[in-house]
Amino acid sequence: MPTYAAILYSRDADWTAPEESSTMADYGAFSAVAGPAVTGGAALFPTSTATTVRVQGGKGGDVLTTDGPYAEAKEVLSGFFLLDAPDLDAAIRLAAQIPAAWDGGVELRPVIPMTG
Amino acid sequence: MTDAAQRLADVVRAEGRLVLATLARTTRSLSVAEDAVADAVETALLRWPRDGVPDQPRAWLTTVARNKALDALRREAARTGKEADAVRLAQLSAPDEPEPSAVRDDLLRLLFTCCHPALRLDAQVALALRTLCGLTTADVARLLLLPEATVAKRLTRAKQKIAVAGIPYRVPDAEELPARLDAVATVVHLLFTAGHSGGTTVVRPQLCDEAIRLGRLLVALLPDESSLQGLLALMLLTDARRATRTDEGGRLLTLAEQDRTSWDADAIAEGAALVQGALRRSRLAAGRFELQAAIAACHATATSVPGTDWADVVALYDALLRVEDTPVPVVRLNRAVAVGELAGPAAGLTALDAIAGLDRWHLWHACRAELLLRTGRQDLAVAAWERALDCAPSPPEAEFLRRRLAGTGAATHGDEPAAVVDHGPRGSQEQGA
Repeated sequence: MPTYAAILYSRDADWTAPEESSTMADYGAFSAVAGPAVTGGAALFPTSTATTVRVQGGKGGDVLTTDGPYAEAKEVLSGFFLLDAPDLDAAIRLAAQIPAAWDGGVELRPVIPMTG
Repeated sequence: MTDAAQRLADVVRAEGRLVLATLARTTRSLSVAEDAVADAVETALLRWPRDGVPDQPRAWLTTVARNKALDALRREAARTGKEADAVRLAQLSAPDEPEPSAVRDDLLRLLFTCCHPALRLDAQVALALRTLCGLTTADVARLLLLPEATVAKRLTRAKQKIAVAGIPYRVPDAEELPARLDAVATVVHLLFTAGHSGGTTVVRPQLCDEAIRLGRLLVALLPDESSLQGLLALMLLTDARRATRTDEGGRLLTLAEQDRTSWDADAIAEGAALVQGALRRSRLAAGRFELQAAIAACHATATSVPGTDWADVVALYDALLRVEDTPVPVVRLNRAVAVGELAGPAAGLTALDAIAGLDRWHLWHACRAELLLRTGRQDLAVAAWERALDCAPSPPEAEFLRRRLAGTGAATHGDEPAAVVDHGPRGSQEQGA
């Protein structure tokens, strides 16, 4: 069965803050509904805590560190799930139940199977 | 071309898509299926001229293509040692000859795969022509007025996405079906519209033919869907006027100028019957295709422009305006033209001027020009035609506009009816491409 990364784009929020408790409850509900289809994932702290690292001139070059996310945007990468689904239609049905899809977007990307 | 080669070309064209649809299901890979069918065709090209065309060419092609696919999958399985391929092999190895109903279902599955919303619309269009119409990549490119390399790349990317992202070969569930059907109908309609209004020539007949062929396939596969009957009717009724859209020199003719006796009576009869059936089925829930087809039927069955039931046409446009997802300004423009016929040019002009946001569209200015002329405001009409020419109309339309502009000095057309260009399929032109 293919694995999909469901990459969550949403408003830039601190999900640990008390005012996000209802959203977190929605995520809890999604996990309960999706059950074993969810094989992994993570929620991320807001982009105000992000550090972006670039190595100038390629491998071995100077390490350039900047405060903030890789790309500034209104909606930001805020977490991801790994989903097992029999096909893209099934993955889409799951993704539509992820709260980020309701006010942002969920990008589905097939995961390259690593064998051996 | 030899007889056998011609026969092969015909069989491949007619049956190739069925062979491909079956193999797409059993191999679960459009690329593997396509390569296998191409190999089978190549083999047939070598053998048939020598051994004669087999009694059942499709069964022959299916068997050969299946063996080619088996070879390809065995090689792949040996290379990767994957369990999934063993399943595909087992399915392929079953030597059953698919029942006609199974072939029909395979084609339906392939249709929904090619028109999956996870694919870009331009990829859906190219895939539909390639797999469902059975055209070569070169032919698809020619029809879409694109370089062959562009189409080849588009097809490869689409097939890769189908395979890697896991776009399934299946008919959607009942709850998903309406939205997915709409996507399929949109692709077919886009093909037809492109055939009618793209490029430097007015009509590209083969593209219209392919769209109608797909429309017939849709109606045959899903006979209870009124929107699909409406779509086919719309295409037939519009296409029935194909021959009269331009004169011998390729110049656009207005609806009033067209020779109605040259319209395709069989296509009109078929289209009108489909409209009646579609409207009966959809009742008050008629969608955009049923309504647009009903409007096309009003025009196609009328004996002349003044003899058209304009009250009916205006009422149908009103209904169309209530349907969601309609490009509203365009519908209102067409409605204003109909109002001009029903209640006179001044009323039409009022309706036209009430539409906001069409200032950059040549047809809005062109329609204003015609109505202004008929209210006796020749100076304003000339200005409106000039504005229309500034809005980048297609070459045949520009030629028409210049002709109208030149003609106004010589004669007054105060009471000439319906001098606008036949706006046939443009109702939804802005939806796609």
